[in-house]
Amino acid sequence: MSWLNHAVKNPIGAKAIMAVTGMMLTGFLVAHLSGNLLIFAGPQAINAYAEGLHKFPAVLWVARGGLLAAFVAHLYFAAYVTLGNRAARPQPYAFNNTVQATWASRHMVLTGLVMLAFIIFHLAHFTWRVTDPEIRAMGEFDVYQMAIHGFRQPAVAGSYLIAMAAIGLHLSHGIASIFQTLGLNHPRYNRSVRFVGPLLGVGIALLFASIPLSIYLGLVN
Amino acid sequence: MKLKLHVWRQKDKAAQGRMVTYDAENISPHMSFLEMLDVVNEGLITTGEDPIAFEHDCREGICGSCGVMVNGVAHGPQDATTTCQLHMRSFQDGEELYIEPWRAKGFPVLRDLVVDRSAFDRIIQAGGFISVNTGSAQDANAIPIRKAEADEAFNAAACIGCGACVAACKNASAMLFVSAKVGQLSLLPQGQPERQDRALNMVAAMQQEGFGNCTNQYECEAVCPKQISSDYIARLNREFIKATLTYPDAKK
Repeated sequence: MSWLNHAVKNPIGAKAIMAVTGMMLTGFLVAHLSGNLLIFAGPQAINAYAEGLHKFPAVLWVARGGLLAAFVAHLYFAAYVTLGNRAARPQPYAFNNTVQATWASRHMVLTGLVMLAFIIFHLAHFTWRVTDPEIRAMGEFDVYQMAIHGFRQPAVAGSYLIAMAAIGLHLSHGIASIFQTLGLNHPRYNRSVRFVGPLLGVGIALLFASIPLSIYLGLVN
Repeated sequence: MKLKLHVWRQKDKAAQGRMVTYDAENISPHMSFLEMLDVVNEGLITTGEDPIAFEHDCREGICGSCGVMVNGVAHGPQDATTTCQLHMRSFQDGEELYIEPWRAKGFPVLRDLVVDRSAFDRIIQAGGFISVNTGSAQDANAIPIRKAEADEAFNAAACIGCGACVAACKNASAMLFVSAKVGQLSLLPQGQPERQDRALNMVAAMQQEGFGNCTNQYECEAVCPKQISSDYIARLNREFIKATLTYPDAKK
């Protein structure tokens, strides 16, 4: 397996793994989002969807395993790349300046860590149901009630919104980066990628954020 | 013009450096940035101080020797311009300037504003060389090359190896430099026999020299005096990934 180690433990291989796993995680977010948006279709739609997900446990666990593997690999290589980058400039500049790097691109570690903290909280909140005894008392697939109850609390809704901002920023740099890092570029569509990437990232975050926001504002009962 | 300069002074590689403040007076806006430093140095020499060491050679923007950070921007504020071709009219009278050497683990400071860029030479060497006598070069037009490819190769070949991409990169990555070299040769027929080895070996050499990883922020292309596009980095990524997955010598 030393060839594999050789293939990924270098400046481009590590980034390629991050790009591929990032693409998988983005794909998961899109799937998760499309399920979540069923909340606007009422309790029956989303609860039936939640129950449907558990109909084939084998498929569910394979998907969960793949997702976890992608997640761990993404984090591992993010740490590998970041530590390498820190070491590459031991002496910082007295006068720091930025010409064109976006805020999102310079704070991928920060937004990534916010997302990590959020994912742990989110799982504890709705999947393991250990943060709130009232949610614990609800049925496992009564997603609608859990969401309504959860997002009526300002602190919970607020923390979800902060996390969505982090996701929007992270993806607005990440999606376009997938193409650059994997070398998938061509003058014909380079400009579209640099435009659609951030648009898609912010769009995903806004649609996710619409759920806690509309519940908190009482638009969904 | 009158300017206040904060300049990095460091006696040698081992010494501890620090920023020192100087007043630059009687500066003409028509002077180049290096000529301004020459004037400051003349003043320093007359008062018996050590002049500020900086690297320079052609002073016409083609050798790649010069290059300092001016207020945190490699080669200063003007686009597509080396430090030697930067003129003082790009600055305001009375302006305060922070002048620092390139900062990267791969570019250790030798003295003041001079850094050791021989890491670039070693990366170039890793790209392969001809060690057999193949006779005299054949006629230039004997190998047909499409105009589009020739242009693209030439745009990469414009790299003068100044190191501004490394200096500007938030991660001190040398990806733009390496991508220009790999890109240029991957586009030309003469570069085909060692194409995969070159991509693999130059990236390995870059890593060994302690340069960072690309995080697609494109600070490099913004300061490149030859305006080399970050599209070459995508090309390098493609070359490297392809070479890794299809390398014919499977033992490696």
